[in-house]
Amino acid sequence: MKITLNVWRQASPVDAGRMVKYELDNVSEHMSFLEMLDVLNEQLIGKGELPVSFDHDCREGICGSCGFVINGVPHGPRRGTTVCQLHMREFKSGDELFLEPWRAAAFPVVKDLVVNRSAFDRIIQSGGFVSIPTGSAPDGNAIPVPKKDSDRAMSAATCIGCGACVAACPNASASLFTSAKVSHLGLLPQGQPERYDRAVKMVNQAKEEGFGGCTNIGLCEAVCPKNISLENIARMNRDFTVGAWTYREAAGEGGAA
Amino acid sequence: MELNSRVPSGDIESRWERAKFEMKLVNPANKRKYHVIVVGTGLAGGAAAATLAELGYNVKCFCFQDSPRRAHSIAAQGGINAAKNYQNDGDSIYRLFYDTVKGGDFRARESNVYRLAEISVNIIDQAVAQGVPFAREYGGTLANRSFGGAQVSRTFYARGQTGQQLLLGAYQALERQISLGKVDMHTRTEMLDLIVIDGKARGIVSRNLITGKLDMHMADAVILGTGGYGNVFYLSTNAKGSNTTAIWRAHKRGALFANPCFTQIHPTCIPVSGDYQSKLTLMSESLRNDGRIWVPKKAGDNRAPQSIPEDERDYYLEREYPSFGNLVPRDVASRAAKRMCDAGRGVGPTGLGVYLDFAESIQRLGKSAVAERYGNLFEMYERITGENPYELPMRIYPAIHYTMGGLWVDYQLQSTIPGLFVLGEANFSDHGANRLGASALMQGLADGYFVIPYTLGNYLASTKLDKVTSDHAAATAAKAEVTERIKKLLSIKGKRTVDSFHRELGKIIWDYCGMARNEKGLKEAIGKVRALKKEFWENVNVLGSGDELNQSLEKAGRVADFIELGELMCIDALDRKESCGGHFREEYQTPEGEAQRDDENYAYAAAWEYAGEGKEPILNKEPLTFDYVKPSQRSYK
Repeated sequence: MKITLNVWRQASPVDAGRMVKYELDNVSEHMSFLEMLDVLNEQLIGKGELPVSFDHDCREGICGSCGFVINGVPHGPRRGTTVCQLHMREFKSGDELFLEPWRAAAFPVVKDLVVNRSAFDRIIQSGGFVSIPTGSAPDGNAIPVPKKDSDRAMSAATCIGCGACVAACPNASASLFTSAKVSHLGLLPQGQPERYDRAVKMVNQAKEEGFGGCTNIGLCEAVCPKNISLENIARMNRDFTVGAWTYREAAGEGGAA
Repeated sequence: MELNSRVPSGDIESRWERAKFEMKLVNPANKRKYHVIVVGTGLAGGAAAATLAELGYNVKCFCFQDSPRRAHSIAAQGGINAAKNYQNDGDSIYRLFYDTVKGGDFRARESNVYRLAEISVNIIDQAVAQGVPFAREYGGTLANRSFGGAQVSRTFYARGQTGQQLLLGAYQALERQISLGKVDMHTRTEMLDLIVIDGKARGIVSRNLITGKLDMHMADAVILGTGGYGNVFYLSTNAKGSNTTAIWRAHKRGALFANPCFTQIHPTCIPVSGDYQSKLTLMSESLRNDGRIWVPKKAGDNRAPQSIPEDERDYYLEREYPSFGNLVPRDVASRAAKRMCDAGRGVGPTGLGVYLDFAESIQRLGKSAVAERYGNLFEMYERITGENPYELPMRIYPAIHYTMGGLWVDYQLQSTIPGLFVLGEANFSDHGANRLGASALMQGLADGYFVIPYTLGNYLASTKLDKVTSDHAAATAAKAEVTERIKKLLSIKGKRTVDSFHRELGKIIWDYCGMARNEKGLKEAIGKVRALKKEFWENVNVLGSGDELNQSLEKAGRVADFIELGELMCIDALDRKESCGGHFREEYQTPEGEAQRDDENYAYAAAWEYAGEGKEPILNKEPLTFDYVKPSQRSYK
């Protein structure tokens, strides 16, 4: 196959950046998209040009490292698929593709297709956990969990934190990411003690980081490589509302506020 | 060098309990005075960093990825073993211990394995409490499935993403400690050297991968949870960034490297499709619960699988190993696949593949039940190959997946450098010559959550540590060496890319030190690797500079270390004149073609000492004794 690539090249966070065109012949349909970029990079190095930087690690769709926009769509045209799992058989010879990094104020570009997603870590830091120090757990079967709750929690928990939802959203909202964690923990008995507080803290942190609000557009769900459902955002909004209305300071001595 | 494994005496059942009691403690107020470095944020490193911070230590934690959540533990699919015996099917701590020692082909340290089996039950409790959404039964209790090398169902799982869920549990605990200010997290930062002062590990030299800045970080102890070295083969199921640099640098600073030739070939991976291939994808071993492995009976039979009638198929694992069938351990299943392909009965375009067929399970359980169990794996297979495994059998072939070898550690998980602890896949400890499925997650978390918190305290409380700063001569010398090396890599400006060297190295190691090894081949490989090393340092081409994000430079440093490790693997494989587990020397096999151990001469862990550039490494032996599980010819027939 013959593929024309237009790749966003940006040397550093302060560089203006621009699209650069590359032609690739002999692309095999069995290649993954990233393997095609490997081939491009080997050719560039051979010509003494700097290779394209892009984040990637596991190349099996689970670590969440990879991701960029292909012709306007985060992770490219195949639904439920990260760019590392996208194969060239999804394209045809002669296609011209435009590759850009995630665009969001909260995800500053580091270099070429690499962005800084540490804002996601800070959202988790604000409350995306169960406070259970090592060693203080009861027996695993002490608390039965209805299978349907556990399955729903698992579906939310499969989020890989890649950032495609933010890149797709016109508001650059991190609601799908945030709600996946709020739902995962909020659906399980283990997550109940901190449930409403967690929702409030995480939503506030997302705002703090510069992500926009959710206006129910749904592009996030459409591009999510793990098919995380919009329903999670509804659940998060509900928990946020409950949390906001029932918020109380920690009790002082004798239980006084 | 004398290797003291510090294994407690007495009954194996009480060893860990007594060791814990005998270990010195650091009181809570004093913990706040200690600084600890943790490199790596997978199950071992992440769990350790979070737990040590909970205890009150000041932790500095490092990962090369952009977030600790991306460590390669995330990709583990199948599950985690624990001797809970929730299924009432005859499991026990002793049985898990027994299975693991036998599965490792009697090349692991019994005391460590027993402790691992003992702790396994706590891991499940901890993970459930963190909110890890393990699979459950309709009554709300935890579900289990069976896995290779065991006849009980003791594997806990979260669909095909168990590693992801366990890692997110550890990651969330770690992020909580970061928010509490107890962990100082350095992402996109790579450890490039170990700082040893007065014989003790006191810090690391790191490189910020975004700015290129080199820093010295000083501490009272250094913990490595940096994973395995499977990428020495270039094509493996490891993540592209997984590397040996941290443990290799520590090795060159004095930590012995044990059993480097013990590498695990996983039997069920998607076959290679072309020269551009960048990695191999695993299909979880759990698939062998319901998939049947077969090849055509006739060599060269290239009919489509659906047109090969039942009586012309050879379900060779069921035929050769009737009691374990498709669930024989990984080394056995991998070699059997190789035998079939060597005999010309392999399938697919390259002839390097066997079928993993779900037709019968789909008929017996229905498509939806199969989809519930393995849906995400089937989708992954379809995305990569373009074939639908609900209709056509999967094609699979063995690939490098895990490395049992690693830095030598004693019972306290301390390397031969005092103050340097090594956890998880980075150490050599618990799996002997072959790891059973669903045991890597168990070991990583056991080490991180439940072993290091005790043994680190014991070290700190019983060691006099002088205050050191980064202007110590040993620290500045280490930094100067790192600086020099980076300068060298950037100045060669040769003709070949880093990847081309890596591919060539991988091919040498796979061909001569892969699924089958022999004396002649290994000697040849050592020569080839040495020549490759020479060429690398004369002819590699790394563009760009050292003070920016430079992925070629990162790779170059890692490949340079892989080349040196590759040589040591071949030396180790050559020394071990026996077959055991994943180490199969063609000269030493039973009449049936199974691995033939030599317990009289090789019941030891081979711990290699770095002797200096260009010098032969020195072999140190830790004799292994088996007081509980009597070594026998492993049989899964």
